[in-house]
Amino acid sequence: MTEASRGYAVALRRKALPFAGAAGFLLLWELFCRIYQVRPVLLPPPSLIFGELAQSPLWFAQQTAYTVGITLAGFMVAAILGVLFAVVVTEWKVLDRLLFPLFVALNSVPKVAIAPLCIIWFGTGAEPKIAIAFLIAVFAVVIDTILGLRSVPPDILDLAHTLRGSRWKVLTRIKLFCALPHLFAGLKVAMSLALVGAIVGEFVSSQRGLGYVILSAQGMFDTPRVFAAIAILAVLGVVLIELLDFVERLALPWQHITGRATH
Amino acid sequence: MIAAKDVGKRFGDAADGVTAIANISMNIAEGEFVSLLGPSGCGKSTFLRCLAGLEQTTGGTLLVDGKPIEGPPERLGMAFQRDALLDWMNVLDNVLLPADFSGGRRREFEPRARELLKMAGLSGFVQAYPRTLSGGMRQRVAMCRSLLLEPRLLLMDEPFGALDALTRDQLNVDLHRLWTQLRMTVVFVTHSISEAIFLSSRIVVFSPRPGTVIEDIQVELPDERRLAVRETEPFGRYSRHVRGLFENMGLLHD
Ligand SMILES: Nc1ncnc2c1ncn2[C@@H]1O[C@H](COP(=O)(O)OP(=O)(O)OP(=O)(O)O)[C@@H](O)[C@H]1O
Ligand SMILES: [Mg+2]
Repeated sequence: MTEASRGYAVALRRKALPFAGAAGFLLLWELFCRIYQVRPVLLPPPSLIFGELAQSPLWFAQQTAYTVGITLAGFMVAAILGVLFAVVVTEWKVLDRLLFPLFVALNSVPKVAIAPLCIIWFGTGAEPKIAIAFLIAVFAVVIDTILGLRSVPPDILDLAHTLRGSRWKVLTRIKLFCALPHLFAGLKVAMSLALVGAIVGEFVSSQRGLGYVILSAQGMFDTPRVFAAIAILAVLGVVLIELLDFVERLALPWQHITGRATH
Repeated sequence: MIAAKDVGKRFGDAADGVTAIANISMNIAEGEFVSLLGPSGCGKSTFLRCLAGLEQTTGGTLLVDGKPIEGPPERLGMAFQRDALLDWMNVLDNVLLPADFSGGRRREFEPRARELLKMAGLSGFVQAYPRTLSGGMRQRVAMCRSLLLEPRLLLMDEPFGALDALTRDQLNVDLHRLWTQLRMTVVFVTHSISEAIFLSSRIVVFSPRPGTVIEDIQVELPDERRLAVRETEPFGRYSRHVRGLFENMGLLHD
């Protein structure tokens, strides 16, 4: 084997490893169900779940698209408002004292308890679900962005001071960049939470989406369908996080350079 | 250019604070290269930060161009021990940062930035990110940045402290050549006696904390300095003299 093809094989093996893990898990599950003859209403084997998905792929795709839409909308609003709030709070000390404790207090209220209120306020369309996804996701964005904005090394702040830069320049050239790695850590948590929020919203009131699928199938004891929706959610979570990883690599090219020049 | 009279700086309140420097008096004329030499913790950085307008003095008067310091003086260049480069900007953007900060004059200064980088032997790394450079190259970039706006006053706090001996020697030679060409005022903090003698037209020795001036030495060496100057007799005399001061303070024993 040449050096290049060996490197390729190693890369391939690394990429394939997570799939091997998932496949092994499914295999054990299938065997367990068959050997102990578990009733599908309690725990359907993976083959039955895949069969359920294969029966009406288009319908599942539509429900998934709806949930993804809610999740991404809630996530985007959380990302934008979260970053804005973090900037405002770190730039103005007064606002930090004034607003931050209130923010923490509001966040301590269980969001699931607010969900019915959202229905009263926003009706039964997509808006209340987006609102719930936003409420659940925003805290992670705010906390990590504030941490990031405050993580500028003191030397660099001194440098900025001696260069007599305006606050706007310090924010846009220095602080925001320092915050980016923390921000992305927060965004990944926020993405998972936005998905949870979307499902919660659909539980409370919906005629569409994966949350609705789970709730309605459960009402008819259609356990394979419940599991089919859960399987989609699991894959969805992974895909959305991978997507963010990809965006992060694009947004922070300086973090992913290998190789150093020498003197 | 700089006039310090009984300058003191105390951190914290009267009861449980630290007096970093006390009663520092010195005058620095335009175009001098002054090294501050002293034991660790004696307040060299503190004095430099007062000059840079990053800290406020708590006693005495400190004037730059006859005016008390309120915030960083104009046309100031500053270099730090850790180079303080911005990881997310390439080398050229890092060097252009002062132009950007002083009112979006990036384009105007780009030719000068490239020129400085060329002089520093970094032409091939204009687009590189700092993370891909060695320590010596990073410090050169930081020096280019501090020179971009043609500073009248250059404050350097152990800029070569983290470098290996060879790179450090080379940067000493380069810095000295730059200074003979441009003749800006330099205040340079260092721990190294030989670095101080090699670079300076004047060495100010500080006592242990609270730091105060214990000796002010004019260095009379040929203007054109090569590294070999360190083996000459006059250089050795300065070196022995300064070491003697440290021995008298009880900071060095054989
Ligand atoms: N921001 C600060 N708050 C409180 N004390 C400080 C602060 N900065 C410096 N000091 C104290 O002032 C004294 C002098 O510190 P300084 O950094 O000026 O010393 P230095 O001569 O530069 O030392 P070194 O050579 O090790 O860099 C030290 O005792 C330090 O603890
Ligand atoms: Mg220091």
